[in-house]
Amino acid sequence: MATYNTSEFRSGLKLMIDGDPYVIVENEFVKPGKGQAFNRVRVRNLKTGRVVEKTWKSGDSVEAADVVDREMEFLYNDGEFWHFMVTDGSFEQFAAAESAMNDAAKWLKGNEVCTVTLWNDAPLNVTPPNFVELQIVETDPGVKGDTASGGSKPARLETGAVIKVPLYMDQDEVVKIDTRSGEYVSRVKES
Amino acid sequence: MEWQPSAGLEALQARAGLLRQVREFMQVRGIMEVETPALSRAGTTDPAIDSLSVALPRELRYLHTSPEYPMKRLLANGSGDIYQICKVWRLDESGSRHNPEFTLLEYYRVGHDYRQLMQEVGALLALLIPGLPAAPVFREYRHCFLDTFGLDPFNTRPETLAACAAAHGLELQGGQDKLDLQGWLDLLFSHVIEPGFPDTGLTFVYHYPAAQSALACVSEHEGYAVACRFEVYLGPLELGNGYQELSDGAANTRKLTRDARQRSREGRSGPVIDRRFLAAMQSGLPHCAGVAIGLDRVLLCRLGEKRLEQVISFAWELA
Repeated sequence: MATYNTSEFRSGLKLMIDGDPYVIVENEFVKPGKGQAFNRVRVRNLKTGRVVEKTWKSGDSVEAADVVDREMEFLYNDGEFWHFMVTDGSFEQFAAAESAMNDAAKWLKGNEVCTVTLWNDAPLNVTPPNFVELQIVETDPGVKGDTASGGSKPARLETGAVIKVPLYMDQDEVVKIDTRSGEYVSRVKES
Repeated sequence: MEWQPSAGLEALQARAGLLRQVREFMQVRGIMEVETPALSRAGTTDPAIDSLSVALPRELRYLHTSPEYPMKRLLANGSGDIYQICKVWRLDESGSRHNPEFTLLEYYRVGHDYRQLMQEVGALLALLIPGLPAAPVFREYRHCFLDTFGLDPFNTRPETLAACAAAHGLELQGGQDKLDLQGWLDLLFSHVIEPGFPDTGLTFVYHYPAAQSALACVSEHEGYAVACRFEVYLGPLELGNGYQELSDGAANTRKLTRDARQRSREGRSGPVIDRRFLAAMQSGLPHCAGVAIGLDRVLLCRLGEKRLEQVISFAWELA
């Protein structure tokens, strides 16, 4: 069993706490003038995303979490699982359950390269590409020439996600979206 | 390749100005600047501090964690008031408020007691950190606990302190038996009491439990054995640590022997007991008070910065 000593603690390190995998968000070394030192650590639960604060006695060892990030291409959704293939040429495939998809599901239609976080070789979390391009399947007709008013309207995309787009956008047009904020970035011109 | 300093030019200039002010402050008071070895055969046996070692072809030496022992050898030899500004090293003390290599101002006043020294340190820090709106606050260690938790730290048990920590949302990993009484006091003090200190002025905490006396005198106060020691804070940040120095030769020997035994019980390596220091204490340390002040942290406060690397030219990761 791999372990880390508290002196190795730094942001990004993955630990097992009470049976769940966590990642260190911030590590602070706390020490009274003369006395016991502590590591006060903000950690994020990789299953729930919740951030909590924990304290260790400095010098203690903590079990390492077997968590790795791998680049994988999204293949298809069979109605229950989301299937991915590792992009390193190994053709190795992984199936992610709905719980690992979170928000990622609504941005994927196929062939996107995602970051899949594996815990003990099972997908724990899927992060979509920062930017995706998707077609609008339903929105109010575009207001011609209105590129200045700055107004927006809802639009449904081919994956089912609903985002806000500028008033001049039309059905069947393709838009670029920032998946981290879920916001419209630009119109993608048909080539 | 990242080769540039972690501190900006303004911080470097402020550091130069700070060092000049410290030296002027000392000169005006007739305190002599001294230098003592950084790399020694012996070193601290304090169970709470680990030294960095340097392997030489024929011996192992240790980088000092403070210049206390050799400065006290100078005092025992009749130096009178002395100060030193030097780099010191402490193993594994790394974080936004800790750099394993840091700059210490240590000084000793012969014939003074720790209360006089608190006043003088207050004046020095007011000079180095100008513009603090509030006057210093002086609080006894015991009252910090009574005021915050309604708990008497001199008359409590580990279980009570563990429950108190849990009630304040402090989750210590690895189980309750991780800490002894002093460890729980340290946890509550550093996680709950210190963050409550005002950042508008200095806080002096004094009269620590005798178990935390280090090399300070212990005396009786209101029926409790207290260490004649103080720590000075700005907000939650500890800046310095002062003592009424333990001058009794036999008491110094007992203390270092007990510490060394605790270290070996815990299976921790480190320097051997400093026999030359103990010999000097046997010969007689004059009645004096001394203090160690972390100058990097003082600079942090002076500039209103948050992380030590912003005031250290090349912080640990860049060194």
